[in-house]
Amino acid sequence: MPKINLVTAINQALDQEMAKNRNIIVLGEDVGREGGVFRVTDGLQAKYGEERVIDTPLTEAGIVGSALGLAVGGLLPVPEIQFEGFMYLALDQIVNQVARYRSRSRGLYTPSLVLRIPWGGGIRAPEHHSDSPEAVLVNTPGLTVVQPSNPYDAKGLMISALRYGAPVIYCEPKRIYRAIKQEVPEEEYTVPIGVSNVVREGRDVTIVAWGAMMRDALKAAEELDAEGVSAEVIDLRTLAPMDTDTIVKSVVKTGRLVITHEAPRTAGIGAEIAARVGYEALTSLLAPIERVTGYDTVMPLFKLEDYYLPNTQKILVGVRKVLNF
Amino acid sequence: MYFDKFDPLKGERLEIMDKDGNVNEALRPDLPDDRIKDLYVRMTVLREADKTALSLQREGRMGTYAPVYGQEAAQASAAFLNEQDWIVPSYRETGALFMKGVPLKNLYMYWMGDERGMNMDRKLRVLPIDVVVGCPPLHAVGVSWAMKLKGEKSVAVGYFGDGASSQGSVHEAMNMAGVFKTPTVFVCQNNQFAISLPRSRQTAAHTIAQRALGYGFKGIQIYGNDLLAVYAAMKEATDLARKGGGPSFIEMLTYRFGPHTTADDPSKYRPAEEVERNKPFDPLVRLRLYLDKKGLWSEDEEYEIIDDAKREVASALAEAEAVPPPNPSDLFDYTWKDIPKQAKMQKEELLSFLAKAGKGGGEHA
Repeated sequence: MPKINLVTAINQALDQEMAKNRNIIVLGEDVGREGGVFRVTDGLQAKYGEERVIDTPLTEAGIVGSALGLAVGGLLPVPEIQFEGFMYLALDQIVNQVARYRSRSRGLYTPSLVLRIPWGGGIRAPEHHSDSPEAVLVNTPGLTVVQPSNPYDAKGLMISALRYGAPVIYCEPKRIYRAIKQEVPEEEYTVPIGVSNVVREGRDVTIVAWGAMMRDALKAAEELDAEGVSAEVIDLRTLAPMDTDTIVKSVVKTGRLVITHEAPRTAGIGAEIAARVGYEALTSLLAPIERVTGYDTVMPLFKLEDYYLPNTQKILVGVRKVLNF
Repeated sequence: MYFDKFDPLKGERLEIMDKDGNVNEALRPDLPDDRIKDLYVRMTVLREADKTALSLQREGRMGTYAPVYGQEAAQASAAFLNEQDWIVPSYRETGALFMKGVPLKNLYMYWMGDERGMNMDRKLRVLPIDVVVGCPPLHAVGVSWAMKLKGEKSVAVGYFGDGASSQGSVHEAMNMAGVFKTPTVFVCQNNQFAISLPRSRQTAAHTIAQRALGYGFKGIQIYGNDLLAVYAAMKEATDLARKGGGPSFIEMLTYRFGPHTTADDPSKYRPAEEVERNKPFDPLVRLRLYLDKKGLWSEDEEYEIIDDAKREVASALAEAEAVPPPNPSDLFDYTWKDIPKQAKMQKEELLSFLAKAGKGGGEHA
């Protein structure tokens, strides 16, 4: 199997599905001729033409709002927002429209679209290019939100998203776009939406992460292993609907939970996971649940970025805290 | 006068000094030659600063940078404002900020990833760089509205580009400015590309300037590489605004010689020959030719001008690089006026982590 990175994996998934399903169209800023600022849609316009891979004006609300119309009109649009910080310009369309359309029409219209958004920090970018606003989406009923942490899942989740039949927000962790190469089957396959993944089994502590933070979590687990601590690492993978059953099962076994994410801590996804685990596995917990996250601050420019972001060392501090409680 | 004479709907565009430095005397505004010379020098400094930023980025001493190369005359629009006027920049307005008096040191600090660069002298009346393109016009409406309500004779300039002109916020800004007759000047630098998308695909309209008519005020398209046209249009727009005549819209047609940002490869979407074809229209070249004709420029002097510019840039850079790195606690101290308890605990958590982890503590996998 060829080893490919996350960018190529998503590109391959789009390409293979577009070849089979003529209703799929890609639209966004610089997605065509330029192939996307991260090259995720590279080559697709040359292959499928300007009618199916469309460079739009600079208009996030326009991109998502028209994608909703395109979906209702019978196509399967794959709109792109260039950076997550610009998602807010389309938030009315995402939250007030896309997420509610099925409910508003009592099932008459379920806009089937896959909104791709490069996500998160760690690339020394300007303001609004490094945020992790997933909590906004997960707190919006009606949206399905996924975020792969590796090329294999990236391809499988994209194919699942394209076949899902309801709006999916596909967050792409840009810090690891090209950082991980992995053997990925050339043929099509799916990775299920709504199922988190036990990436590494362990006994002493459960670490939950997703997206780019999975690398830091796995590295922490390796270091713990060398110290004789066995960490179970779970990739949440789908943020909404959130599969906490897998996490609860793990915590029942380990008794300790550390959650890590780049977004600010207060009302972040970690809070929801902690609440559910507290509710369902209270008696199994041997220590308070620890959150190793970004802080309740504005995401800084890159001189302070490394201080803001969680990392392996910070995760280790969190793990030691729950181990030594 | 200029706004009435050049109708964007008829495809009329104001150009006063052509690429060879010849001036259409019938249109010449009252900008004295010594001022033109002075601005030529400032534009040369800006170009040097811009070049330096690009090479620093390649050396890893600066982050992603949005060059202004080719847009120096359009950015000099900010030089034609009074001290009490405001500018509201987007991310390609390094030049406009510089022309309004912001030290290069601040601008370099910002592009080096340090927010403190945007903590500029309040007296300069500049807002910080806004990366959300299309937003500055809205804030310019607000600031100029405040000036109007407070009875000040100040105007505010909101900057955006051909790409940002497609954003809803630009529509909302222009509509509000029209309704409330705010002393706002909308400056659209049409550099003909929004990253890869050419102007022709940004809007089906022939000009962006014509949009002003739909909001009930005047718009003009000028040749933005012509400093005299920039001055003439800015003067008329600011005079009108100061007199209580409300907003106007100036579309400055220019050309981005460089990449969108240092993260971009323009060869993916436009041939190098196109850039070369536009080089003779360089805003500095025509000024040089003009000044030469007036006996106000020589090749020897040019060496001096460039040497001085390089010195000025080098010293600003040295100053910017000599600034000690920001404090990690800045994260918290500038987000919140009154820091919440939870954030305060997080601040202590970070500081104690750093104290234990040492320098390597801040790196991620």
